[in-house]
Amino acid sequence: MGLEEKLPSGVLLTTVEGLAGYFRKASFWPATFGLACCAIEMMEFGAPKYDSSRFGMEVFRASPRQADLMIVAGRVSQKMAPVLRQIYDQMANPKYVLAMGVCASSGGMFNNYAIVQGVDHIVPVDMYLPGCPPRPEMLIDSVMKLHTKIQETKLGQHRLDQIDSDEKVALEAVPASAMKGLLR
Amino acid sequence: MTGGSTQDPSSTTVGGEEVVPSEARTLEVVEVREGMFGVRGSGDTSGYGRLQRPVAMPGTARRPYGGWFDEVADRLEQLAGEGAVESVVVDRDELTLHVRRESILEVARHLRDDAALRYELCSGISGVHYPHEIGRELHAVYHLLSMTHNRRIRLEVAVPDADPHVPSVVSVYPTADWHERETYDFFGIIFDGHPALTRILMPDDWPGHPQRKEYPLGGIPVEYKGATIPPPDERRSYS
Repeated sequence: MGLEEKLPSGVLLTTVEGLAGYFRKASFWPATFGLACCAIEMMEFGAPKYDSSRFGMEVFRASPRQADLMIVAGRVSQKMAPVLRQIYDQMANPKYVLAMGVCASSGGMFNNYAIVQGVDHIVPVDMYLPGCPPRPEMLIDSVMKLHTKIQETKLGQHRLDQIDSDEKVALEAVPASAMKGLLR
Repeated sequence: MTGGSTQDPSSTTVGGEEVVPSEARTLEVVEVREGMFGVRGSGDTSGYGRLQRPVAMPGTARRPYGGWFDEVADRLEQLAGEGAVESVVVDRDELTLHVRRESILEVARHLRDDAALRYELCSGISGVHYPHEIGRELHAVYHLLSMTHNRRIRLEVAVPDADPHVPSVVSVYPTADWHERETYDFFGIIFDGHPALTRILMPDDWPGHPQRKEYPLGGIPVEYKGATIPPPDERRSYS
């Protein structure tokens, strides 16, 4: 519009939504939900080599009330499931769930009576990360993808419209069972 | 299915002379397991469908048992009486006493307190399910360790499925608390006298006892793009 040329140097223009998205993704505190082996890789993610604090995710909040992201790292047993739900319910909006590892995504190698076959049976999952266990670099990649999702989240009425359009896309999408001919 | 003894082929002939016969173990066939997992009665070519595996366990031992086993068995008979121990199994340097369920508490107390026995530590209590032994389906197995004498002993109590009650040994070995809860959770053996016999690993209202032989694996079919793979115990060969 020509407005940007007329600004003094050192001034940037952006949108409130862009700013809110940036702030939310830059300081994205995870809740500790390391259950099994994936927790070790999550600890590696917080350790110096794969530093999570460069993404603002250094403080793994023990209290869910202060956390934004619940990284479900590990297999969830039938006994743990209500606890998981309770922790998720105690988190304040906006909250996101990352299912880390195959056990959290789909039950993993444990296809039996004792393990919940994917935490999406219990909480709504925003990002699935396969791996047994996924390397810290894979966890960083999934967090980056979540960051783009958070950056694009709108506010107010735009958000409601975004939710409606996401729902329409999901309802019209081809279900995985109908995608034939891909396992070649 | 049961019966028939097989000689363990561990006795060898060396230089024309046979190795001392006590090296060979006499095993009794307890059960014959047919097939592993997989679909039964179909054209399953995985190789597991026609597998026949006889399950052979060591039979009752006869006196003398060897080593320190005799003194322990004698001392226990002195203290607890003749009828407490149903049978003794000696196999691979391990002593197993099959104890009657009515006497298990007394036997445990004597094993812990008597100076010659002194089995202070109960390493664990677990369960076994033998569906073919009608009237003695559920076994509770107690592993005891004597630190003063550096010995281990195993007690086994057999109870029928219809009346799965065993007196609890928590008053003798407090560590048995959670072990008995686990055995109850997975096998359904009810320990009378236990302070709080509830499920420990499965949720409190879980139906069934998961480690029994007839309890299914409980897997669900896994959906891929355009394919569904059944759980491991229902799969057949795909080639």
